[in-house]
Amino acid sequence: MKADWATDFLNQLSADISVAQHNAPPNAVWQIESRHWQRFAELACRQQLRWAAGWAEQLAGEFLVNTCFEKQGVYIVLRTIIGGAKPELPSQATVYPAANRSERHTQDMFGIRFSGHPDNRKWTRHQAWPRHSYPLRKDFPVQGEPQDITPPDMDYPFIKAHGAGVYEIPVGPVHAGIIEPGHFRFQAVGELILNLEERLGYVHKGIEKIAEGRTPEALARLAGRISGDTTVGHCWAACRAMEQAAEISIPPRAAVIRGILAERERIANHLGDIGAICNDVAFVFAQMQFTRLREQWLRNNANVFGHRLLMDRIIPGGVACDVSENDCIVIKQEITRLRKELSEVITALDLNSSLEDRLYTAGFLAPEIAAAFSALGYVGRASGQRFDVRKNAPYAPYDRVKVRVPLETQGDIASRFWVRDKEINASLHLIEDLIDQLADGALVTEWRAPKADSEGLGIVEGWRGEIVSFIRFDGDNKIARFYPRDPSMLNWPVLEKLVLNNIVPDFPVCNKSLNGSYSGNDL
Amino acid sequence: MLRLFRKILKTGIVTERVKRPGDDELERLGIEIKRHIDKRFSGSIAIREVDAGSCNGCELEIHALNNPYYDIERFGIHFVASPRHADVLLVTGPVSRHMQTALLRTYTATPDPKWVIAVGDCAVCGGEFGVSYASCGAVANVIPVDVTIPGCPPTPLALIKGLLGLIKK
Repeated sequence: MKADWATDFLNQLSADISVAQHNAPPNAVWQIESRHWQRFAELACRQQLRWAAGWAEQLAGEFLVNTCFEKQGVYIVLRTIIGGAKPELPSQATVYPAANRSERHTQDMFGIRFSGHPDNRKWTRHQAWPRHSYPLRKDFPVQGEPQDITPPDMDYPFIKAHGAGVYEIPVGPVHAGIIEPGHFRFQAVGELILNLEERLGYVHKGIEKIAEGRTPEALARLAGRISGDTTVGHCWAACRAMEQAAEISIPPRAAVIRGILAERERIANHLGDIGAICNDVAFVFAQMQFTRLREQWLRNNANVFGHRLLMDRIIPGGVACDVSENDCIVIKQEITRLRKELSEVITALDLNSSLEDRLYTAGFLAPEIAAAFSALGYVGRASGQRFDVRKNAPYAPYDRVKVRVPLETQGDIASRFWVRDKEINASLHLIEDLIDQLADGALVTEWRAPKADSEGLGIVEGWRGEIVSFIRFDGDNKIARFYPRDPSMLNWPVLEKLVLNNIVPDFPVCNKSLNGSYSGNDL
Repeated sequence: MLRLFRKILKTGIVTERVKRPGDDELERLGIEIKRHIDKRFSGSIAIREVDAGSCNGCELEIHALNNPYYDIERFGIHFVASPRHADVLLVTGPVSRHMQTALLRTYTATPDPKWVIAVGDCAVCGGEFGVSYASCGAVANVIPVDVTIPGCPPTPLALIKGLLGLIKK
């Protein structure tokens, strides 16, 4: 029933565009001619397909360009092949603003030109590699030819504002707090923000390039370090993709443990964020209470799973840690304790009028903008976008438990605060349900080297939202291409929208309420 | 408001005693400059944290140093917003090439005498990322490093032990 829209859509397309279907379940691949690339996006947009991810790869002398769309929990990968001599493709960013930075990334890394792109400035490219050279092309050596000192990227053409009393504030890349680096350029009048432009890419570590040639185990380790706070999420997405390519399924017990790990990661991050949001409006009580609760939570991670942030617990084919019966009791007791603590602390916050004054109406993100930019996770859900992979495209173990997806529609910082609070509660229930699902069994399925050229698309709901991970293997169990799309890639652009008409001193709390990953974005 | 005060009273003080590391442990942490700092800083240091390309894992654990369990400020260690106010740069990550100049400038902006602590496996030896077209690898490849604290990421306790070694209690 669910895939009906796909059949209808294909029928409708047949008048216009010829589509070659490769059905590699569970994800359909639709291949079209490159000249229809933009036209397809227009029709897809009319059908309300959501733009989920875009990436390219070089195969022999040609380039394969992909876009992943989603509707009603069904994903399709749109694919085209373009020649290697002067690669060019009509841009989809004119139709889908969400595709904007992704296409610029592909342009910088592969040298594929997106014609008609509304913003053809470079994005991931700073000054670390020369013009007319493209790191993800196969002839580009992983070591590159770096200069002794990479010069700063000085000539990025930021948008200017002119007029009486208009001034500019450049911030970063090194920020005042203990946070990741990036540059923000504000245009302001008095305290009011007229415009904000993000300039990211500072923590680009060449993850896609150094992934090539890795073994599955080594790739899982790397995926676990795309964004330190999402180590479970990215590792799971990458492993799902690899397992799909290798055509193996993981044992039920491993799936349940993965679920528990992912929900624990979600809770740990939400605890940290709620405290930090309050701290950014100088409400230190909440920061102290929530960092305390987070610390207790992380200590239990270490006690039960052997790592505070749960790194390297997920491995290709299963998990590297087990949960004993005693551990289950410990976890359930901990959940009871946390619920009690939260009922006290959250109530104290809810009744605090000074906090209310700062969080309500600030950082407003309209539902239409959230939808147009494909905002994900708690950012989308605070602005009426209900999508959640666990609910809409369920995968093991979420296909066996009830997943509650909280929704808020006010779109302000308070909404993003309350969505996190509700998600903590939902995840606590989920962990309890998952523990009840734990049956005896193996933790790992034996690995089987995938066939040459086999590919996989791993999609999971990380704590920030949907993660899409693409993997292609070469002939001898090595990675030929890895592209992880962190939810931050889609959430960062909406920060530029939600700060408008706020005051400059509220930028930190606006930013924290979104909490994008710099590392996950820059790769 | 009463709820808030009740919660504060009920929570009490959760801060834990940290055992000072033994001499052998200090040596393992590679801290030979301890006595210099004792002399110059009288037991207090101001730290500027610089993420030069990390995955943010190390930052999460450095943040934890300020939670009520560790309360790092009681040892006279505090984080400052500008390198110009700092005695010590706490640098994480492999140094991405895009951050190389920013790190060099931050180092120059820090007044002498200054120390650099490389935090986490990536900062210590390049970690999972190593040296590539996009990464300079270890912090020592870019600026002089005095102390290293390995771990992926190092636990708050490992961080405290590494930091405590820098000052006289």
